[in-house]
Amino acid sequence: MQSTTLILLLTFMAVAAFYFGRRRSLATVGGPGHRMDLHSLPGYYGYYVAIWCALPALLLLSAWLFMEPRLVVALVVQGLPESYASLASGELDLLVNNIQNLASGDVVSIEVDPELQAAAAMFNDYIGKSRQMLAGLALGVAVLGGALAWRRIQPDLRARNRVEKVIRLLLIAASSIAIFTTIGIVLSVLFEAILFFRKVPVSEFLFGLTWSPQTAIRADQVGSSGSFGAVPLFTGTLLITAIAMFVAVPVGLMTAIYLAEYSSSRVRGIAKPLLEVLAGIPTVVYGFFAALTVAPWIRQFGESVGLAVASESALAAGVVMGIMIIPLVSSLSDDAINAVPAAMRDGALGLGSTRSETMKKVILPAALPGIVGGILLAVSRAIGETMIVVMAAGLSANLTANPFEAVTTVTVQIVTLLVGDQEFDSAKTLAAFALGLMLFVVTLCLNVIGLSVVRKYREQYE
Amino acid sequence: MTMPVMTETIPDNSTAPEAPAPKADNPDSAGRMGLDEFLEQATDLTDETVGTVTCDHPFMVADDVNVYYGDNHAIKHVSLEIGKKEVIALIGPSGCGKSTFLRCLNRMNDTIETARVTGTITLDGKDIYRKEQDPVALRARVGMVFQKPNPFPKSIYDNVAYGPRIHGIAADRAELDEIVHTSLERAGLLKEVKDRMDEPGTSLSGGQQQRLCIARTIAVNPEVILMDEPCSALDPIATARIEDLMDELCEDYAIVIVTHSMQQAARVSKRVAYFHLGLLVEVDSTDRIFTNPQHKLTEDYITGRIG
Repeated sequence: MQSTTLILLLTFMAVAAFYFGRRRSLATVGGPGHRMDLHSLPGYYGYYVAIWCALPALLLLSAWLFMEPRLVVALVVQGLPESYASLASGELDLLVNNIQNLASGDVVSIEVDPELQAAAAMFNDYIGKSRQMLAGLALGVAVLGGALAWRRIQPDLRARNRVEKVIRLLLIAASSIAIFTTIGIVLSVLFEAILFFRKVPVSEFLFGLTWSPQTAIRADQVGSSGSFGAVPLFTGTLLITAIAMFVAVPVGLMTAIYLAEYSSSRVRGIAKPLLEVLAGIPTVVYGFFAALTVAPWIRQFGESVGLAVASESALAAGVVMGIMIIPLVSSLSDDAINAVPAAMRDGALGLGSTRSETMKKVILPAALPGIVGGILLAVSRAIGETMIVVMAAGLSANLTANPFEAVTTVTVQIVTLLVGDQEFDSAKTLAAFALGLMLFVVTLCLNVIGLSVVRKYREQYE
Repeated sequence: MTMPVMTETIPDNSTAPEAPAPKADNPDSAGRMGLDEFLEQATDLTDETVGTVTCDHPFMVADDVNVYYGDNHAIKHVSLEIGKKEVIALIGPSGCGKSTFLRCLNRMNDTIETARVTGTITLDGKDIYRKEQDPVALRARVGMVFQKPNPFPKSIYDNVAYGPRIHGIAADRAELDEIVHTSLERAGLLKEVKDRMDEPGTSLSGGQQQRLCIARTIAVNPEVILMDEPCSALDPIATARIEDLMDELCEDYAIVIVTHSMQQAARVSKRVAYFHLGLLVEVDSTDRIFTNPQHKLTEDYITGRIG
């Protein structure tokens, strides 16, 4: 039986269990008229039985599906002729892979001999048996669990508490997914970065002034030895982030002030959704807007005033990134301004302040922590942004503070290092992980600062 | 499936013996009426105000004031004089328009987009809704204290200094210090805060915060002080302090206070105005209102004859 069919069947059984449980709970007290004698609402008894019916069976199902391939493979390998027993583990893996492909009718990379055919048949046979057993067992567990729970229903059974306990566990499981994913990502990047730092000293990576990751892949190849100083990348990132913030913070903040305090509700009703459209444009579209429209325009302008401007400049990328971030800054600032209690506004106006005095002297100071938090979140967004920079800022790792020159950023280098063919034991490829780790640490710090500022702000009024 | 079962219990609950169900025609509570009934009792309401709307030395004069929030006619044809050096209390059930009327007196309603005010209100003989009147300048002359203490998230000193600073009242730092100290002293707060002027205003207790707000208001030296239920968030001790304070302040200012507490109105005010459903029903001296009200609604309200 297919596992999807099995899951459908279990769902159906759970629904049935709900109704049986609910009906029995009412029957134990002698009909719906006496439902106040039950500890919990009748529905909870239904859920209680449904959970006991479905949950153990589903747990069994997932455990089984997790173990099945390992067990079956072990059995198949055991059944292989003597000649294969001496294979090395890597070759054995390849062979098992081929057997599995053969069994499912996929392309096989080696010649198919009768022994292999036999192994594949055996594989299919084991899988089939395993599935039958699983179906029988799971349905058995479901019926048994449901029946036991159904029998336990009594008026004083605390069904609601038990159901809520299961729901709480579900919620905990859901929220831990994000945490474990984060930990997994950090660890995977961390281990690769450690490999990189075995080849390149940390001090060179952190303080080196040249970035040129090209290394010879083969011994006879002509190529530079590679140089992994990340300083030009981080200055490039900082330069572009600074330009972006220079655009986004004033514009976003003033937008927020206008929308929150001065605009009529009609203007606000039109402007807010439009700003959100700006936030919804994919970054790659911003990227070619930067590369094809803004960058040439900046170069022409630079030439007309006698400045040498590279066709891919930090300025173009930074300005467009700033435009992209405006909605983020403005909506977070808008939230912060709106979170200032109306009583503050009234208090200031009641003392005879103008709107602008109210804004500058009372509301902005009160909203400042929230605004700062929002800006820090925007900065970490800018640091992590890739697409616009790839398309508009260029790839040359110049160590410069001149916004008219081409620069490159950490994210762009990670992309170029990992695009195309690569070997995972060369410093060039591993450098991407080291850069990723650094980037992660920087944005994590910014986020922590930003969120703690925002939290402190929340405590102030609630 | 659960819905039909749920509804079965509803009649059970509503007919439960302990549920009080006072009826207007119940002989035990003759004269008492349901709250809804009381509030809807608009039949004998007219635009005419009973009692005396005039006073000896009128300082603010409202004449035929109407306020609309969108289509909602919140204040109807209200005329009232507010005298110098007197406390006038505005009372009435919630939603009767007393706060709305209060907010007309310093044009705080301007900040509400849909609000529209007709009629005239004069301050010292000049219409405050005339074109040349800057609402900002008006609010410096007609200060306001709000229901919930709302100190700014600044230091105690800066809270009081805020008004003088924006209006450029003090010439130098010494003069500003002087204003801050006098204002705090008059609000009866100086003793408690003189060693902690740099602490945030929000660190004070509720009653102290409200006195801070009063100090902040008198620091700009207004002529009228509007108080919108200034004690409703305070305990009785803090309330008593604020009431004492009002007694002292009315030597120099005209004070208009909105209150839900009849005792407070009786204690602090010289005149009382009773609002009902946007109409000014009765205005008279506090004594007369509480001992011999002319209008039946006023009498019902102040004697608590609502169910």
